[in-house]
Amino acid sequence: MEIDYQSKISTVVNNIAPSAIRRFFDLANEMKEEVISLSIGEPDFVTPWSIREAGIFSLEDGYTHYSPNQGYIEVRKAISEYLERRFDLKYDPKKQLLVTVGGSEALDLIARALINPGDEVIILEPCFVAYKATVTLAHGVPVVIETKEEDEYKLKPEALEAAITDKTKYIILGYPGNPTGATMTKEDLSKIKDILVRHPDIFVVSDELYSELSYTGEKPASIANFPELYDRTIVVNGFSKSFAMTGWRIGYMAGPAPLIAAMNKVHQYCIMSSPTTAQYAVIEACRNGDKDVEEMRDEYNRRRRVIINGLKEAGLSCFDPTGAFYAFPSIEGLGLTCEEFCERFLMEKKVAIVPGSAFGKCGEGHVRISYAASMENIQEAMRRLKEFVTELKNGSKE
Amino acid sequence: MINRIELLKLVEHNARIKIEDLAVMLNASSEEISAELEACKKENVILGYNTMINWEKTEREEVTALIEVRITPQRNQGFDKIASQFYRYPQVSSCYLMSGGFDLMLIIEDSTLREVANFVSEKIAPLEGVLSTSTHFILKKYKSNGTLFTQKQTDDREAIVL
Repeated sequence: MEIDYQSKISTVVNNIAPSAIRRFFDLANEMKEEVISLSIGEPDFVTPWSIREAGIFSLEDGYTHYSPNQGYIEVRKAISEYLERRFDLKYDPKKQLLVTVGGSEALDLIARALINPGDEVIILEPCFVAYKATVTLAHGVPVVIETKEEDEYKLKPEALEAAITDKTKYIILGYPGNPTGATMTKEDLSKIKDILVRHPDIFVVSDELYSELSYTGEKPASIANFPELYDRTIVVNGFSKSFAMTGWRIGYMAGPAPLIAAMNKVHQYCIMSSPTTAQYAVIEACRNGDKDVEEMRDEYNRRRRVIINGLKEAGLSCFDPTGAFYAFPSIEGLGLTCEEFCERFLMEKKVAIVPGSAFGKCGEGHVRISYAASMENIQEAMRRLKEFVTELKNGSKE
Repeated sequence: MINRIELLKLVEHNARIKIEDLAVMLNASSEEISAELEACKKENVILGYNTMINWEKTEREEVTALIEVRITPQRNQGFDKIASQFYRYPQVSSCYLMSGGFDLMLIIEDSTLREVANFVSEKIAPLEGVLSTSTHFILKKYKSNGTLFTQKQTDDREAIVL
């Protein structure tokens, strides 16, 4: 007898919609060898050598065992010092920090440790694909606020106020943002703080994975910097983006001690502890990585300018991204959906970029271009983009 | 305002980079970039634009030698006078005054083994003021001026990662 596997899978997992653009992804990955890819959400840089070397040295010294669930205390101390030095955030390494398997695990732990079935979580689309899924998997209800290009993809206080109900458990802020490259200044965040102060039951999850990659020239702001919200904010951060350490799978969260203890409970049963080698490597990253980060940030910033200029020359409108390594231009008025645009661009010009709809319904009409790629590839891709857009415009006139 | 150090680092790594590209990368106009580069040349900050060549991949048989020289400094002139007697030779590609166990470091390129031997024994060692020399030959270049001489890594990332 044939087994009906589909019916055996839990309702909640079955209900997570498969990615609508999976087919496009497969196509792009098949063509990998011949395409220029500006579709990748991870740094093209290899982890700085001193950090890799610290990991290697720990292996040579035989540090191959489980770490404490929460992470080695030396690692938590290094992270705590780093957060204070770079972002003016103070956390007790003993009770307020948990070392996780990347920022993604942190998002999952938060959802599972905080959500009761039916609780609402506010997320801002277009956004990182895991926000919605982690909430749904924890039996929560994602409530979407659509952020807009004309607002530079910032969260507007009115929109937040309108989305809050008595079931709202927390809100996820992801700035600097994937896929938009948007940032929120201290002033912007202050207005959000004013709303949240009036709703003392709502928590804030601040995903700051891209916090080191901010090009405003100002120190990146965290909503946890406001004393009024410090006790209600969980900061999620990691080393993947800022230190080019995606494959090491290491991140962390910082927040109120009782919540960290609750997260640690989930963490210890499903993960046990974060990779030991990676933990030794990030001690070096926290203590001696500033210069490496600065060099990568400067290079991203130059590429960012090349991308913005390239988009302008191609005739696509795009708000100036000020963080992360993405631009999110509009392709409206060209007569194609974002998915059609990306597929034709891939087939006709051999450049891979990502349809905006991958990041939420309101991402339609946009595409994500990553500048975590070499300058030569970016310049060549921008040349091809201009060609492609010109052909589309001429074609649509005929 | 152009960040001069950033501009210099960019041309240091790629002397053929286009002015227009530099302008976009550094958020300045082409005219401003040209003017800044011109100023750097005038101020002897930029002294030339060289090309990194891996000579091992060509048919040339020349070697690179590092020569440590101990000398007696001269009255009123210090080390400068004697250094100038060395660096005027075209085969001396670099000449540095050093701290530590010796005084001058000469780097000889463009010469065969025999030419280096002759140069040291005939031109350097007999010079008045030279106390001793010690010559080292480079066997293999792994990295020079920040450039790796081994194969570059390929991009093995997935084509799409969200």
